[in-house]
Amino acid sequence: MSLQVEITHPLPGFEVNVAFEAPGGVTALFGQSGAGKTTVINAVAGLLRPKAGRIALSGEPLFDASARVNLPVHRRRLGYVFQDGRLFPHLSVRQNLTYGQRFAPRGLPGPGLDEVADLLGLDRLLDRRPGALSGGEKQRVAFGRALLSHPRMLLMDEPLAALDAARKDEILPYLERLRDRSGLPILYVSHSVAEVARLATTVVVLEAGQVVRAGPAEQVLSDPAMVRQFGLREAGAVLPAEIACHHADGLTELAISGGRLFLPRMEQPAGAHTRVRILAHDVIVADRAPQGLSALNVLPGEVIALREGQGPGMIVQIQCGADRLLARITRRSAEALALAPGRKVHAVIKSVSIARTDVAAG
Amino acid sequence: MTDWLGPEEWQAVALSLKVSLWAVGLSLPLSILAAYALARWQFRGKQLLNGIIHLPLILPPVVTGYLLLLGFGRRGPLGGVLEDAFGLVLAFRWTGAALAAALMAFPLTVRAIRLAIEAVDPKLEQAAATLGASRPWVFLTVTLPLILPGVIAGVVLGFAKAMGEFGATITFVSNIPGQTQTLPLAIYTFLQVPGGDGAALRLVLVSVAVAMAALTLSEVLARRAAQRVAGG
Repeated sequence: MSLQVEITHPLPGFEVNVAFEAPGGVTALFGQSGAGKTTVINAVAGLLRPKAGRIALSGEPLFDASARVNLPVHRRRLGYVFQDGRLFPHLSVRQNLTYGQRFAPRGLPGPGLDEVADLLGLDRLLDRRPGALSGGEKQRVAFGRALLSHPRMLLMDEPLAALDAARKDEILPYLERLRDRSGLPILYVSHSVAEVARLATTVVVLEAGQVVRAGPAEQVLSDPAMVRQFGLREAGAVLPAEIACHHADGLTELAISGGRLFLPRMEQPAGAHTRVRILAHDVIVADRAPQGLSALNVLPGEVIALREGQGPGMIVQIQCGADRLLARITRRSAEALALAPGRKVHAVIKSVSIARTDVAAG
Repeated sequence: MTDWLGPEEWQAVALSLKVSLWAVGLSLPLSILAAYALARWQFRGKQLLNGIIHLPLILPPVVTGYLLLLGFGRRGPLGGVLEDAFGLVLAFRWTGAALAAALMAFPLTVRAIRLAIEAVDPKLEQAAATLGASRPWVFLTVTLPLILPGVIAGVVLGFAKAMGEFGATITFVSNIPGQTQTLPLAIYTFLQVPGGDGAALRLVLVSVAVAMAALTLSEVLARRAAQRVAGG
Protein backbone atom coordinates (compact mmCIF):
# COMPACT_ATOMS: atom_id res chain seq x y z
CA MET A 1 0.00 0.00 0.00
CA SER A 2 1.44 3.35 -0.95
CA LEU A 3 0.27 6.93 -0.99
CA GLN A 4 0.79 9.21 -3.96
CA VAL A 5 0.52 12.93 -3.40
CA GLU A 6 0.70 15.57 -6.07
CA ILE A 7 -0.94 18.81 -5.07
CA THR A 8 -0.74 22.56 -5.32
CA HIS A 9 -2.39 24.86 -2.86
CA PRO A 10 -1.90 28.58 -2.28
CA LEU A 11 -1.00 29.80 1.20
CA PRO A 12 -0.42 33.39 2.29
CA GLY A 13 3.00 34.37 0.91
CA PHE A 14 3.82 31.16 -0.92
CA GLU A 15 2.41 28.15 -2.65
CA VAL A 16 2.53 24.54 -1.58
CA ASN A 17 3.51 22.56 -4.64
CA VAL A 18 4.52 19.02 -3.78
CA ALA A 19 4.74 15.64 -5.39
CA PHE A 20 5.97 12.60 -3.53
CA GLU A 21 5.19 9.00 -2.85
CA ALA A 22 4.96 7.39 0.57
CA PRO A 23 5.65 3.66 0.32
CA GLY A 24 5.10 1.34 3.29
CA GLY A 25 6.80 2.06 6.59
CA VAL A 26 7.12 5.53 8.06
CA THR A 27 7.38 8.40 5.64
CA ALA A 28 8.54 11.50 7.45
CA LEU A 29 7.44 14.85 6.08
CA PHE A 30 10.22 17.00 7.45
CA GLY A 31 10.48 20.78 7.39
CA GLN A 32 10.63 23.87 9.54
CA SER A 33 7.43 25.47 10.82
CA GLY A 34 5.57 27.11 7.99
CA ALA A 35 7.03 24.85 5.30
CA GLY A 36 3.56 23.56 4.44
CA LYS A 37 3.73 20.18 6.16
CA THR A 38 0.37 20.45 7.92
CA THR A 39 -1.26 21.68 4.71
CA VAL A 40 -0.09 18.53 2.96
CA ILE A 41 -1.18 16.11 5.70
CA ASN A 42 -4.56 17.85 6.06
CA ALA A 43 -5.08 17.57 2.32
CA VAL A 44 -4.37 13.85 2.55
CA ALA A 45 -6.84 13.54 5.44
CA GLY A 46 -9.47 15.52 3.56
CA LEU A 47 -9.61 18.33 6.12
CA LEU A 48 -8.39 20.74 3.47
CA ARG A 49 -9.24 20.80 -0.18
CA PRO A 50 -6.21 21.57 -2.32
CA LYS A 51 -6.60 23.89 -5.26
CA ALA A 52 -5.35 21.31 -7.73
CA GLY A 53 -3.74 17.92 -7.97
CA ARG A 54 -4.33 14.34 -7.05
CA ILE A 55 -4.01 12.20 -3.93
CA ALA A 56 -4.32 8.45 -4.24
CA LEU A 57 -3.94 5.49 -1.93
CA SER A 58 -2.71 2.40 -3.79
CA GLY A 59 -4.13 3.81 -6.98
CA GLU A 60 -7.55 4.65 -5.52
CA PRO A 61 -8.09 8.39 -5.74
CA LEU A 62 -8.95 10.20 -2.51
CA PHE A 63 -8.83 13.52 -4.28
CA ASP A 64 -8.56 14.35 -7.93
CA ALA A 65 -9.20 17.91 -8.96
CA SER A 66 -9.48 17.18 -12.68
CA ALA A 67 -11.82 14.21 -12.18
CA ARG A 68 -13.77 16.12 -9.50
CA VAL A 69 -13.18 13.43 -6.92
CA ASN A 70 -13.03 14.51 -3.28
CA LEU A 71 -13.77 11.70 -0.87
CA PRO A 72 -15.20 13.12 2.37
CA VAL A 73 -13.00 12.86 5.47
CA HIS A 74 -15.06 10.15 7.12
CA ARG A 75 -14.88 7.86 4.12
CA ARG A 76 -11.11 8.03 3.61
CA ARG A 77 -10.36 5.71 6.53
CA LEU A 78 -7.04 7.28 7.42
CA GLY A 79 -6.32 7.31 11.15
CA TYR A 80 -5.18 10.80 12.11
CA VAL A 81 -3.16 11.50 15.26
CA PHE A 82 -3.09 15.22 15.99
CA GLN A 83 -0.44 17.16 17.85
CA ASP A 84 -2.97 18.15 20.50
CA GLY A 85 -4.51 14.70 20.98
CA ARG A 86 -8.10 15.83 20.54
CA LEU A 87 -9.56 13.13 22.77
CA PHE A 88 -13.28 13.41 23.37
CA PRO A 89 -13.58 14.90 26.87
CA HIS A 90 -17.06 13.49 27.49
CA LEU A 91 -16.02 9.88 26.84
CA SER A 92 -13.90 7.50 28.88
CA VAL A 93 -10.59 6.25 27.55
CA ARG A 94 -12.28 2.99 26.56
CA GLN A 95 -15.04 4.85 24.68
CA ASN A 96 -12.47 7.08 23.01
CA LEU A 97 -10.51 4.04 21.87
CA THR A 98 -13.53 2.26 20.42
CA TYR A 99 -15.12 5.39 18.93
CA GLY A 100 -14.06 4.66 15.37
CA GLN A 101 -14.87 0.96 15.50
CA ARG A 102 -18.60 1.37 14.91
CA PHE A 103 -17.94 3.26 11.67
CA ALA A 104 -15.45 0.79 10.24
CA PRO A 105 -16.64 -1.84 7.78
CA ARG A 106 -17.47 -5.09 9.58
CA GLY A 107 -15.19 -8.08 9.66
CA LEU A 108 -11.90 -6.32 8.91
CA PRO A 109 -8.76 -7.93 10.20
CA GLY A 110 -6.92 -5.83 12.72
CA PRO A 111 -6.14 -5.55 16.39
CA GLY A 112 -8.89 -5.46 19.00
CA LEU A 113 -9.20 -3.28 22.06
CA ASP A 114 -7.28 -5.66 24.33
CA GLU A 115 -4.43 -5.98 21.90
CA VAL A 116 -4.12 -2.24 21.37
CA ALA A 117 -4.42 -1.49 25.07
CA ASP A 118 -1.62 -3.95 25.67
CA LEU A 119 0.52 -2.60 22.83
CA LEU A 120 0.27 0.98 24.11
CA GLY A 121 0.20 0.22 27.82
CA LEU A 122 -3.33 1.53 28.33
CA ASP A 123 -4.84 -1.34 30.34
CA ARG A 124 -5.02 0.58 33.59
CA LEU A 125 -6.34 3.78 32.03
CA LEU A 126 -9.43 2.39 30.29
CA ASP A 127 -12.00 3.66 32.78
CA ARG A 128 -10.47 7.10 33.23
CA ARG A 129 -11.51 10.32 31.59
CA PRO A 130 -9.12 12.12 29.22
CA GLY A 131 -9.05 15.07 31.64
CA ALA A 132 -7.31 12.86 34.21
CA LEU A 133 -4.49 11.75 31.89
CA SER A 134 -0.98 13.13 31.48
CA GLY A 135 0.11 14.52 28.11
CA GLY A 136 1.97 11.35 27.20
CA GLU A 137 -0.94 9.12 28.18
CA LYS A 138 -3.32 11.23 26.11
CA GLN A 139 -1.13 10.83 23.04
CA ARG A 140 -0.95 7.07 23.56
CA VAL A 141 -4.76 6.95 23.68
CA ALA A 142 -4.84 9.03 20.49
CA PHE A 143 -2.56 6.47 18.78
CA GLY A 144 -4.81 3.64 19.95
CA ARG A 145 -7.96 5.43 18.88
CA ALA A 146 -6.63 5.98 15.37
CA LEU A 147 -5.39 2.40 15.16
CA LEU A 148 -8.71 0.91 16.29
CA SER A 149 -10.70 2.74 13.62
CA HIS A 150 -9.31 0.16 11.16
CA PRO A 151 -7.52 2.73 9.03
CA ARG A 152 -5.78 1.96 5.78
CA MET A 153 -2.97 4.25 6.81
CA LEU A 154 -1.97 6.42 9.76
CA LEU A 155 -1.38 10.16 9.60
CA MET A 156 0.53 11.82 12.40
CA ASP A 157 0.99 15.57 12.66
CA GLU A 158 3.83 16.28 15.11
CA PRO A 159 2.37 13.83 17.61
CA LEU A 160 5.19 14.38 20.09
CA ALA A 161 5.74 18.10 19.67
CA ALA A 162 3.58 19.08 22.64
CA LEU A 163 5.44 16.76 25.03
CA ASP A 164 8.55 17.41 27.07
CA ALA A 165 11.73 15.46 26.38
CA ALA A 166 11.11 12.83 29.06
CA ARG A 167 7.59 12.10 27.78
CA LYS A 168 8.90 11.85 24.22
CA ASP A 169 11.44 9.22 25.23
CA GLU A 170 8.67 7.38 27.04
CA ILE A 171 6.42 7.33 23.98
CA LEU A 172 8.92 6.63 21.21
CA PRO A 173 9.24 2.91 22.00
CA TYR A 174 5.43 2.61 21.79
CA LEU A 175 5.49 4.34 18.41
CA GLU A 176 8.17 1.96 17.19
CA ARG A 177 6.11 -1.01 18.30
CA LEU A 178 3.02 0.46 16.66
CA ARG A 179 4.97 0.92 13.43
CA ASP A 180 6.37 -2.61 13.49
CA ARG A 181 3.30 -4.51 14.65
CA SER A 182 0.51 -2.72 12.80
CA GLY A 183 2.29 -2.88 9.46
CA LEU A 184 0.34 0.22 8.41
CA PRO A 185 2.01 2.88 6.33
CA ILE A 186 2.47 6.05 8.38
CA LEU A 187 2.80 9.61 7.14
CA TYR A 188 4.65 11.39 9.92
CA VAL A 189 4.94 15.17 9.99
CA SER A 190 7.81 16.46 12.10
CA HIS A 191 10.35 19.21 12.46
CA SER A 192 12.45 17.11 14.84
CA VAL A 193 15.45 15.48 13.18
CA ALA A 194 15.84 13.13 16.14
CA GLU A 195 12.33 11.74 15.67
CA VAL A 196 12.76 11.44 11.93
CA ALA A 197 16.12 9.68 12.36
CA ARG A 198 14.61 7.29 14.81
CA LEU A 199 11.35 6.41 13.08
CA ALA A 200 11.44 7.15 9.38
CA THR A 201 12.07 4.72 6.58
CA THR A 202 11.50 7.38 3.95
CA VAL A 203 12.14 11.11 4.34
CA VAL A 204 10.56 13.92 2.33
CA VAL A 205 12.14 17.30 3.04
CA LEU A 206 9.87 20.31 2.52
CA GLU A 207 11.01 23.88 2.25
CA ALA A 208 8.68 26.81 1.52
CA GLY A 209 6.09 24.48 0.09
CA GLN A 210 8.47 22.58 -2.20
CA VAL A 211 9.97 19.11 -1.90
CA VAL A 212 13.74 19.67 -1.86
CA ARG A 213 14.74 16.04 -1.27
CA ALA A 214 12.97 12.70 -0.94
CA GLY A 215 14.32 9.19 -0.53
CA PRO A 216 15.23 6.43 1.90
CA ALA A 217 15.99 7.82 5.38
CA GLU A 218 19.63 6.65 5.43
CA GLN A 219 20.36 8.42 2.16
CA VAL A 220 18.55 11.66 2.88
CA LEU A 221 19.91 12.02 6.42
CA SER A 222 23.51 11.42 5.31
CA ASP A 223 23.26 13.82 2.38
CA PRO A 224 25.66 16.73 2.98
CA ALA A 225 23.40 18.95 0.87
CA MET A 226 20.65 18.55 3.48
CA VAL A 227 22.72 19.72 6.43
CA ARG A 228 21.29 23.21 6.21
CA GLN A 229 17.72 21.87 6.38
CA PHE A 230 18.41 19.58 9.32
CA GLY A 231 20.56 22.11 11.12
CA LEU A 232 24.27 21.87 11.92
CA ARG A 233 23.77 20.55 15.43
CA GLU A 234 21.26 17.92 14.35
CA ALA A 235 22.82 16.72 11.13
CA GLY A 236 24.02 13.16 11.23
CA ALA A 237 23.84 9.79 9.57
CA VAL A 238 21.59 6.87 10.44
CA LEU A 239 23.08 3.41 10.08
CA PRO A 240 21.29 0.08 10.20
CA ALA A 241 23.00 -2.21 12.68
CA GLU A 242 22.73 -5.63 14.26
CA ILE A 243 23.54 -6.32 17.88
CA ALA A 244 26.57 -8.63 17.85
CA CYS A 245 27.02 -9.22 21.55
CA HIS A 246 26.96 -7.64 24.99
CA HIS A 247 30.30 -7.35 26.78
CA ALA A 248 30.91 -7.83 30.48
CA ASP A 249 32.24 -4.28 30.91
CA GLY A 250 28.82 -2.83 30.03
CA LEU A 251 29.40 -2.20 26.34
CA THR A 252 27.35 -3.55 23.49
CA GLU A 253 29.02 -4.48 20.24
CA LEU A 254 27.14 -3.66 17.06
CA ALA A 255 27.85 -4.94 13.59
CA ILE A 256 27.46 -2.33 10.85
CA SER A 257 28.34 -2.71 7.21
CA GLY A 258 31.62 -0.84 7.65
CA GLY A 259 32.86 -2.53 10.81
CA ARG A 260 32.06 -2.69 14.50
CA LEU A 261 30.66 -0.12 16.92
CA PHE A 262 30.94 -0.23 20.70
CA LEU A 263 28.18 1.55 22.55
CA PRO A 264 27.01 1.76 26.14
CA ARG A 265 24.82 -1.23 27.04
CA MET A 266 21.66 -1.54 24.94
CA GLU A 267 18.54 -3.40 25.92
CA GLN A 268 17.88 -5.45 22.82
CA PRO A 269 19.22 -9.02 22.73
CA ALA A 270 22.05 -10.15 20.50
CA GLY A 271 20.87 -10.64 16.94
CA ALA A 272 18.31 -7.85 17.12
CA HIS A 273 18.27 -5.30 14.32
CA THR A 274 18.51 -1.67 15.23
CA ARG A 275 19.55 1.68 13.88
CA VAL A 276 22.11 4.09 15.24
CA ARG A 277 22.24 7.80 14.66
CA ILE A 278 25.71 9.30 14.60
CA LEU A 279 25.75 13.09 14.70
CA ALA A 280 28.13 14.86 12.36
CA HIS A 281 29.76 16.84 15.16
CA ASP A 282 30.59 13.63 17.08
CA VAL A 283 32.77 12.29 14.29
CA ILE A 284 36.51 13.00 14.11
CA VAL A 285 38.35 12.41 10.84
CA ALA A 286 41.89 10.96 10.85
CA ASP A 287 44.10 10.31 7.82
CA ARG A 288 45.52 7.10 9.31
CA ALA A 289 44.44 4.59 11.95
CA PRO A 290 44.99 6.51 15.17
CA GLN A 291 47.17 5.13 17.96
CA GLY A 292 46.81 5.74 21.67
CA LEU A 293 43.31 7.16 21.49
CA SER A 294 40.55 6.67 24.02
CA ALA A 295 37.83 6.51 21.37
CA LEU A 296 36.75 2.92 20.79
CA ASN A 297 35.14 3.27 17.41
CA VAL A 298 37.43 3.72 14.47
CA LEU A 299 35.85 3.01 11.11
CA PRO A 300 37.91 2.95 7.92
CA GLY A 301 36.29 4.69 4.97
CA GLU A 302 36.64 6.88 1.96
CA VAL A 303 35.71 10.52 1.46
CA ILE A 304 32.91 10.89 -1.06
CA ALA A 305 32.01 14.52 -0.84
CA LEU A 306 32.93 17.73 0.92
CA ARG A 307 30.64 20.64 1.45
CA GLU A 308 31.64 24.01 2.73
CA GLY A 309 29.39 25.92 5.05
CA GLN A 310 29.27 29.66 5.62
CA GLY A 311 31.47 29.65 8.69
CA PRO A 312 34.82 28.03 9.36
CA GLY A 313 33.34 24.53 9.27
CA MET A 314 32.59 22.02 6.60
CA ILE A 315 30.80 18.71 6.21
CA VAL A 316 32.59 15.59 5.03
CA GLN A 317 30.65 12.60 3.75
CA ILE A 318 32.47 9.32 4.29
CA GLN A 319 31.61 5.95 2.82
CA CYS A 320 31.96 3.20 5.43
CA GLY A 321 31.02 -0.15 3.98
CA ALA A 322 27.54 0.27 2.51
CA ASP A 323 26.74 3.23 4.76
CA ARG A 324 27.62 6.87 4.69
CA LEU A 325 28.71 8.91 7.67
CA LEU A 326 28.75 12.67 8.03
CA ALA A 327 31.53 14.47 9.86
CA ARG A 328 31.55 18.13 10.72
CA ILE A 329 35.10 19.46 10.93
CA THR A 330 36.84 22.79 10.39
CA ARG A 331 37.99 23.86 7.00
CA ARG A 332 41.50 24.23 8.45
CA SER A 333 41.55 20.53 9.41
CA ALA A 334 40.24 19.53 6.00
CA GLU A 335 43.10 21.42 4.38
CA ALA A 336 45.67 19.99 6.80
CA LEU A 337 44.51 16.46 6.01
CA ALA A 338 44.23 17.26 2.29
CA LEU A 339 40.73 15.82 2.25
CA ALA A 340 39.28 15.26 -1.19
CA PRO A 341 36.88 12.76 -2.73
CA GLY A 342 38.58 9.38 -2.93
CA ARG A 343 40.86 10.01 0.07
CA LYS A 344 41.07 7.05 2.49
CA VAL A 345 40.33 8.16 6.04
CA HIS A 346 39.31 6.84 9.43
CA ALA A 347 36.19 8.06 11.17
CA VAL A 348 36.56 8.20 14.95
CA ILE A 349 33.47 8.18 17.19
CA LYS A 350 33.37 8.33 20.96
CA SER A 351 31.18 5.54 22.33
CA VAL A 352 29.52 7.64 24.98
CA SER A 353 28.63 10.43 22.58
CA ILE A 354 25.88 8.34 21.06
CA ALA A 355 22.81 9.11 23.08
CA ARG A 356 20.69 6.25 24.23
CA THR A 357 17.69 7.89 22.57
CA ASP A 358 19.51 7.89 19.26
CA VAL A 359 19.53 4.11 19.21
CA ALA A 360 16.25 2.84 17.93
CA ALA A 361 14.46 -0.42 17.49
CA GLY A 362 14.15 -1.93 14.02
CA MET B 1 -52.96 21.26 46.64
CA THR B 2 -56.30 21.23 44.86
CA ASP B 3 -57.93 22.39 48.13
CA TRP B 4 -55.49 25.19 48.48
CA LEU B 5 -56.02 26.42 44.93
CA GLY B 6 -59.49 27.00 43.57
CA PRO B 7 -60.48 25.08 40.40
CA GLU B 8 -60.04 28.14 38.23
CA GLU B 9 -56.61 28.85 39.67
CA TRP B 10 -55.56 25.21 39.34
CA GLN B 11 -56.70 25.29 35.74
CA ALA B 12 -54.49 28.29 35.01
CA VAL B 13 -51.45 26.61 36.56
CA ALA B 14 -52.01 23.36 34.63
CA LEU B 15 -52.61 25.25 31.40
CA SER B 16 -49.46 27.30 31.83
CA LEU B 17 -47.38 24.19 32.39
CA LYS B 18 -48.93 22.50 29.36
CA VAL B 19 -48.46 25.53 27.12
CA SER B 20 -44.85 26.07 28.23
CA LEU B 21 -43.82 22.43 27.91
CA TRP B 22 -45.27 22.16 24.43
CA ALA B 23 -43.80 25.49 23.42
CA VAL B 24 -40.28 24.60 24.53
CA GLY B 25 -40.44 20.92 23.60
CA LEU B 26 -41.63 21.46 20.05
CA SER B 27 -39.33 24.37 19.34
CA LEU B 28 -36.20 22.72 20.77
CA PRO B 29 -35.08 20.87 17.61
CA LEU B 30 -35.60 24.06 15.63
CA SER B 31 -33.71 26.05 18.29
CA ILE B 32 -30.75 23.69 18.04
CA LEU B 33 -30.81 23.84 14.25
CA ALA B 34 -30.99 27.64 14.23
CA ALA B 35 -28.23 27.89 16.84
CA TYR B 36 -26.04 25.52 14.84
CA ALA B 37 -26.64 27.44 11.63
CA LEU B 38 -25.81 30.77 13.27
CA ALA B 39 -22.73 29.38 15.01
CA ARG B 40 -21.23 27.25 12.26
CA TRP B 41 -22.60 27.95 8.81
CA GLN B 42 -21.77 30.77 6.47
CA PHE B 43 -24.69 31.63 4.26
CA ARG B 44 -26.38 34.56 2.61
CA GLY B 45 -28.95 36.25 4.79
CA LYS B 46 -27.36 35.01 8.02
CA GLN B 47 -27.69 38.45 9.62
CA LEU B 48 -31.29 38.66 8.47
CA LEU B 49 -32.09 35.28 10.06
CA ASN B 50 -30.34 36.37 13.22
CA GLY B 51 -32.44 39.56 13.25
CA ILE B 52 -35.71 37.75 12.68
CA ILE B 53 -34.97 35.26 15.47
CA HIS B 54 -34.22 38.06 17.91
CA LEU B 55 -37.11 40.28 16.81
CA PRO B 56 -39.62 39.06 19.45
CA LEU B 57 -37.10 40.02 22.12
CA ILE B 58 -37.05 43.63 20.97
CA LEU B 59 -40.58 44.23 19.64
CA PRO B 60 -43.30 45.15 22.12
CA PRO B 61 -45.03 41.80 22.88
CA VAL B 62 -48.35 43.27 21.82
CA VAL B 63 -46.90 43.82 18.34
CA THR B 64 -45.73 40.21 18.15
CA GLY B 65 -49.18 39.10 19.28
CA TYR B 66 -50.91 41.24 16.70
CA LEU B 67 -48.62 39.99 13.93
CA LEU B 68 -49.44 36.43 15.00
CA LEU B 69 -53.10 37.24 14.86
CA LEU B 70 -52.71 38.64 11.35
CA GLY B 71 -50.74 35.64 10.16
CA PHE B 72 -52.23 32.77 12.11
CA GLY B 73 -55.79 33.99 12.70
CA ARG B 74 -58.48 31.90 11.05
CA ARG B 75 -58.55 34.31 8.14
CA GLY B 76 -54.81 34.87 8.13
CA PRO B 77 -52.76 33.37 5.28
CA LEU B 78 -50.98 30.81 7.49
CA GLY B 79 -53.88 30.15 9.84
CA GLY B 80 -56.14 29.23 6.92
CA VAL B 81 -53.59 26.83 5.50
CA LEU B 82 -53.04 25.13 8.86
CA GLU B 83 -56.76 24.71 9.42
CA ASP B 84 -57.42 23.34 5.93
CA ALA B 85 -54.44 21.01 5.88
CA PHE B 86 -54.25 19.73 9.45
CA GLY B 87 -57.45 20.95 11.09
CA LEU B 88 -55.19 22.88 13.45
CA VAL B 89 -56.71 26.08 14.80
CA LEU B 90 -54.45 28.44 16.70
CA ALA B 91 -56.48 31.60 17.23
CA PHE B 92 -58.12 31.76 20.67
CA ARG B 93 -56.93 28.21 21.53
CA TRP B 94 -54.26 26.95 23.87
CA THR B 95 -52.26 25.87 20.82
CA GLY B 96 -52.02 29.52 19.87
CA ALA B 97 -50.82 30.35 23.36
CA ALA B 98 -48.13 27.71 22.90
CA LEU B 99 -47.09 29.25 19.58
CA ALA B 100 -46.89 32.73 21.11
CA ALA B 101 -44.87 31.39 24.04
CA ALA B 102 -42.56 29.44 21.73
CA LEU B 103 -41.90 32.49 19.59
CA MET B 104 -41.11 34.65 22.62
CA ALA B 105 -38.87 31.99 24.16
CA PHE B 106 -37.08 31.13 20.91
CA PRO B 107 -34.41 33.86 20.93
CA LEU B 108 -33.41 33.07 24.52
CA THR B 109 -33.09 29.34 23.86
CA VAL B 110 -31.23 29.85 20.59
CA ARG B 111 -28.82 32.29 22.21
CA ALA B 112 -27.87 29.92 25.04
CA ILE B 113 -27.39 26.96 22.68
CA ARG B 114 -25.47 29.06 20.17
CA LEU B 115 -22.97 30.11 22.83
CA ALA B 116 -22.52 26.46 23.80
CA ILE B 117 -21.92 25.43 20.17
CA GLU B 118 -19.41 28.23 19.68
CA ALA B 119 -17.51 26.92 22.69
CA VAL B 120 -17.13 23.45 21.17
CA ASP B 121 -13.72 23.08 19.53
CA PRO B 122 -14.33 22.25 15.85
CA LYS B 123 -11.07 20.29 16.02
CA LEU B 124 -12.86 17.64 18.07
CA GLU B 125 -15.48 17.34 15.34
CA GLN B 126 -12.71 17.04 12.75
CA ALA B 127 -11.12 14.28 14.80
CA ALA B 128 -14.44 12.42 14.88
CA ALA B 129 -14.69 12.71 11.09
CA THR B 130 -11.20 11.25 10.62
CA LEU B 131 -12.36 8.29 12.71
CA GLY B 132 -15.13 7.61 10.22
CA ALA B 133 -18.09 9.54 11.64
CA SER B 134 -20.34 11.26 9.10
CA ARG B 135 -21.73 14.75 9.83
CA PRO B 136 -24.92 13.57 11.58
CA TRP B 137 -22.93 11.09 13.68
CA VAL B 138 -20.39 13.72 14.62
CA PHE B 139 -23.25 15.92 15.80
CA LEU B 140 -24.95 13.16 17.77
CA THR B 141 -21.86 11.67 19.40
CA VAL B 142 -19.61 14.69 19.90
CA THR B 143 -21.31 18.06 19.47
CA LEU B 144 -24.60 17.29 21.21
CA PRO B 145 -23.10 15.73 24.36
CA LEU B 146 -20.68 18.64 24.63
CA ILE B 147 -23.38 21.32 24.33
CA LEU B 148 -25.81 19.56 26.66
CA PRO B 149 -25.24 21.99 29.55
CA GLY B 150 -26.00 24.88 27.19
CA VAL B 151 -29.09 23.14 25.84
CA ILE B 152 -30.39 22.62 29.37
CA ALA B 153 -29.75 26.24 30.24
CA GLY B 154 -31.51 27.32 27.06
CA VAL B 155 -34.50 25.09 27.71
CA VAL B 156 -34.93 26.38 31.26
CA LEU B 157 -34.59 29.97 30.16
CA GLY B 158 -37.13 29.36 27.41
CA PHE B 159 -39.48 27.57 29.79
CA ALA B 160 -39.33 30.46 32.26
CA LYS B 161 -40.01 32.93 29.48
CA ALA B 162 -42.95 30.82 28.24
CA MET B 163 -44.41 30.59 31.75
CA GLY B 164 -44.28 34.36 32.07
CA GLU B 165 -45.43 35.31 28.58
CA PHE B 166 -48.27 37.83 28.73
CA GLY B 167 -48.52 40.45 26.02
CA ALA B 168 -48.30 38.38 22.87
CA THR B 169 -50.55 35.71 24.35
CA ILE B 170 -53.38 38.01 25.39
CA THR B 171 -53.26 39.82 22.06
CA PHE B 172 -53.19 36.68 19.92
CA VAL B 173 -55.45 34.26 21.79
CA SER B 174 -57.25 36.50 24.27
CA ASN B 175 -57.95 35.58 27.88
CA ILE B 176 -60.34 32.63 27.94
CA PRO B 177 -60.45 30.70 31.23
CA GLY B 178 -59.55 27.04 30.68
CA GLN B 179 -58.48 27.68 27.10
CA THR B 180 -55.94 30.50 26.95
CA GLN B 181 -55.90 31.91 30.46
CA THR B 182 -52.36 31.10 31.54
CA LEU B 183 -50.87 31.90 34.93
CA PRO B 184 -49.90 35.54 34.26
CA LEU B 185 -53.22 36.17 32.57
CA ALA B 186 -55.07 34.65 35.52
CA ILE B 187 -53.14 36.81 38.01
CA TYR B 188 -53.94 39.88 35.95
CA THR B 189 -57.61 38.89 35.79
CA PHE B 190 -57.89 38.26 39.53
CA LEU B 191 -56.32 41.64 40.20
CA GLN B 192 -59.06 43.30 38.12
CA VAL B 193 -61.84 41.70 40.23
CA PRO B 194 -62.71 43.04 43.71
CA GLY B 195 -61.64 40.43 46.31
CA GLY B 196 -59.40 38.63 43.88
CA ASP B 197 -56.21 39.55 45.75
CA GLY B 198 -56.08 36.24 47.63
CA ALA B 199 -56.25 34.15 44.49
CA ALA B 200 -53.72 36.41 42.75
CA LEU B 201 -51.32 36.08 45.68
CA ARG B 202 -51.63 32.29 45.68
CA LEU B 203 -50.83 32.21 41.98
CA VAL B 204 -47.88 34.52 42.55
CA LEU B 205 -46.55 32.01 45.08
CA VAL B 206 -47.03 29.18 42.58
CA SER B 207 -45.13 31.23 39.98
CA VAL B 208 -42.25 31.77 42.36
CA ALA B 209 -42.20 28.09 43.31
CA VAL B 210 -42.20 26.90 39.68
CA ALA B 211 -39.45 29.36 38.77
CA MET B 212 -37.29 28.29 41.72
CA ALA B 213 -37.83 24.60 40.97
CA ALA B 214 -36.93 25.07 37.32
CA LEU B 215 -33.79 27.01 38.19
CA THR B 216 -32.65 24.45 40.76
CA LEU B 217 -33.30 21.56 38.40
CA SER B 218 -31.38 23.24 35.61
CA GLU B 219 -28.46 24.00 37.93
CA VAL B 220 -28.24 20.36 38.98
CA LEU B 221 -28.58 19.00 35.44
CA ALA B 222 -26.19 21.51 33.93
CA ARG B 223 -23.59 20.85 36.61
CA ARG B 224 -23.85 17.13 36.07
CA ALA B 225 -23.58 17.52 32.31
CA ALA B 226 -20.65 19.92 32.67
CA GLN B 227 -18.84 17.44 34.88
CA ARG B 228 -19.28 14.74 32.27
CA VAL B 229 -17.89 17.04 29.62
CA ALA B 230 -14.94 18.25 31.67
CA GLY B 231 -14.15 14.65 32.47
CA GLY B 232 -12.67 14.89 35.94
